Amino acid sequence: MSYTPIKRPKFSLADRIYIVAIAKGLCRTFKHLVLALTRRSRHREDFNSKGIGLCMPFPEQRWDERLPEYYRGAPTLVRGEDSRERCVSCQLCEFICPARAITVTPGEVDPASPCAKQEKAPKEFTIDMFRCIYCGMCEEVCPEQAIFMSQEYLITLTDRDKGIRDKETLYKLGGVRKGLVNKWNDHK
Amino acid sequence: MSTTSTILPKDEAAAQGELNVQINGTWHRFAPGTRIADACNTVGAHVPCFCYHPKLAIAGSCRMCLVEQGMPPRLAPGQEPSYDAQGYQPLQWMPRAIIACANTVSENMGIRTTGNITAEARRGVLEFLLSNHPLDCPICDQAGECKLQEYSSDYGSGTSRFQEEKTKKGKNIDLGPRVNLDQERCVLCHRCVRFMRDIVGEEVLGAVGRGSNCAISCYPGLKLDSNYSLNTVDLCPVGALTSKDFRFKMRVWFLKSTPSIDVNCGTGSNISIWSREQEIYRLTPRQNDQVNSCWMPDSHRLNYKYINAEERILNPTVRTDIGAPQRESTWDACLKLSAEQLQKCEASKTAIIVSARMTNEELYLVRALAKQLGIKEIASVSRKGKSDGMLISADGNPNTTGEQMIIAEKATALEGICSGIKSGRITALLALGEDITAEAGLSADNIKNLDYLLTLAHSKNGTTELADVTLPGVTFAEKYGTMINVTGRIQRLNQAIEPIGNSRDDWSILRDLIILLGSEDEKLAALKSARDLVTIMADEFAAMAGLTWGSIGNDGKAIISTGVTIPLIEREQASK
Ligand code: SF4
Ligand code: SF4
Ligand code: SF4
Ligand code: SF4
Repeated sequence: MSYTPIKRPKFSLADRIYIVAIAKGLCRTFKHLVLALTRRSRHREDFNSKGIGLCMPFPEQRWDERLPEYYRGAPTLVRGEDSRERCVSCQLCEFICPARAITVTPGEVDPASPCAKQEKAPKEFTIDMFRCIYCGMCEEVCPEQAIFMSQEYLITLTDRDKGIRDKETLYKLGGVRKGLVNKWNDHK
Repeated sequence: MSTTSTILPKDEAAAQGELNVQINGTWHRFAPGTRIADACNTVGAHVPCFCYHPKLAIAGSCRMCLVEQGMPPRLAPGQEPSYDAQGYQPLQWMPRAIIACANTVSENMGIRTTGNITAEARRGVLEFLLSNHPLDCPICDQAGECKLQEYSSDYGSGTSRFQEEKTKKGKNIDLGPRVNLDQERCVLCHRCVRFMRDIVGEEVLGAVGRGSNCAISCYPGLKLDSNYSLNTVDLCPVGALTSKDFRFKMRVWFLKSTPSIDVNCGTGSNISIWSREQEIYRLTPRQNDQVNSCWMPDSHRLNYKYINAEERILNPTVRTDIGAPQRESTWDACLKLSAEQLQKCEASKTAIIVSARMTNEELYLVRALAKQLGIKEIASVSRKGKSDGMLISADGNPNTTGEQMIIAEKATALEGICSGIKSGRITALLALGEDITAEAGLSADNIKNLDYLLTLAHSKNGTTELADVTLPGVTFAEKYGTMINVTGRIQRLNQAIEPIGNSRDDWSILRDLIILLGSEDEKLAALKSARDLVTIMADEFAAMAGLTWGSIGNDGKAIISTGVTIPLIEREQASK
């Protein structure tokens, strides 16, 4: 067998009646309520927060630099450092996408190009941003490390057509990534 | 065991000409000569194989089908065999595994497909196969239907211990006009070699090199250009041989397969139509030992492009006045107009040209339409060619037998209608499913003699250009229906995709036309699907008596004896 079945943890009685967990949760809520009412919430100054609690004056002020590394913004396509299109149009992301946002049209790499060993690359690749739910499954499933969740969260469109991002747009947004995939060079 | 305890199972089985075989602890009976692999697979004890294929000679080269075998102990001279409570001799298990494809079952044999020896053997075989295998799955067309992928996930180890450089071999090699080879992905099962040598009879492929450098290749100066070459792609258990036509078109897990039949000749090879949404991506043969074994010709396999082509007619078109341009119309208006115009045509001056490419159901309705209009002259276009001695029939029409059963008794010769049109005796024509400018022998000028031309077609052609009314029907992939092949076997077509554009299933067009012309047949009016027509026809035609859509099944049923045979099937049965 090439896979290992997961062992589910056994829950104790205390876990199963979850009163303790509810109590813990309520404590946390009350703590923040008290902090907010007494105007002592964390990061209050950083956020320029007015009134009680935490309230950031958006969009004048952004929280971009505070985004954690694992933040899931809009999915984008990336190129390798040799500017090779990393996507091989395997269509696994299209398959896994729960919102059916991705459409890949597979195509062939020009045999004369330096990336000819890869043989396959997308002819067209679109992500429908009206459908995407930012779940990150496409990034997780990709065997070629070609699709990444960017930190872009502010997608304000003036035109519905722009919501469907094509290959060029996705590559522009994704940029270049280093390392990770080296299986299509001539030595492999 | 009560009263029968005196009869041993071996004698009981022998009386029926069978053998007792124990598979994973349960006793079964098989005919002598059954291969162990087949025996195990029929009782649900799956045996993985790369090189074994029931239609090809045994190679026994991949070693994937290793199973444990046990036999009764060899008796000392004069020793009586001992039997257990059920009457079987005890089994002695061999300490090493044997291959299940090249060995046949024997009396009181035991097989184990589970257990440490087989598990270890399979894991070992896979480890060797994968040691030089490229990591191509993301770009490999076979992914999703690849035996190596499946077996690796079922029996493989999941990690690699191979530290060395992988052997490099040829990739993306052009083997012939329709087939590509990737030598690195090949597991050297020799299925392709055996198929070309034994079934097609052309020695084109062979293996060159030794050890890990062994690779499949064409003999110098030869190309894999047989009209059956794409069958090697189906046979190849991995992605070494891939179809140029299907290359990088779609991953197979998106495709839906619909069982149907090939409509390019009278053989009616059984096929699967692979579609996604409204598009057909490929056709592959489906096993039917009475019709096409496991194969189909490339020329027929690749003839599906017209289904999604630009030439498809998406809307009914009419010409409201003589000389006026054709314009698109709606179904209601178009059918009403057609019915009115047809009623004005004089029956004795009207003829019908039908097609033996239509299904039985459609032909039946054409006959009903002719009766409704009182038309006596019906003919079809025959397509006599040459058989290729394999699967392509001399008859280019897929349903000649059905057409003869339903229409032919009252049919006139096509020449009669053609000369009638030329002489002006016939002034109105219904061209149903045929382009009369192509094979019927009529020129555009002849057709201009006609006062009225109605045509039923799925794609634009010479006739639709000149027609007064064009009713857009559908192709074989968009409809249900039955056809009778040259050997007299009735087979089903299944709908893989919805009719393209505003085209409609041919049978429903004909039915609506008949009703608009004043037919009061309630059975026709109540019809929901062409499938129900089978039952109606079964009452009328002796050959179809008792048939229903369901009872025809995916393999079809022989209903008429025509005396025609399919050469490849003849050979296969003779060699058994
Ligand atoms: S993030 Fe989720 S929803 Fe969005 S494209 Fe990827 S898989 Fe689809
Ligand atoms: S982005 Fe990744 S998962 Fe999606 S098609 Fe390309 S290679 Fe496959
Ligand atoms: S042959 Fe099978 S295992 Fe090998 S690359 Fe293709 S899909 Fe993957
Ligand atoms: S090319 Fe395919 S069918 Fe031929 S030997 Fe290799 S794996 Fe087998």
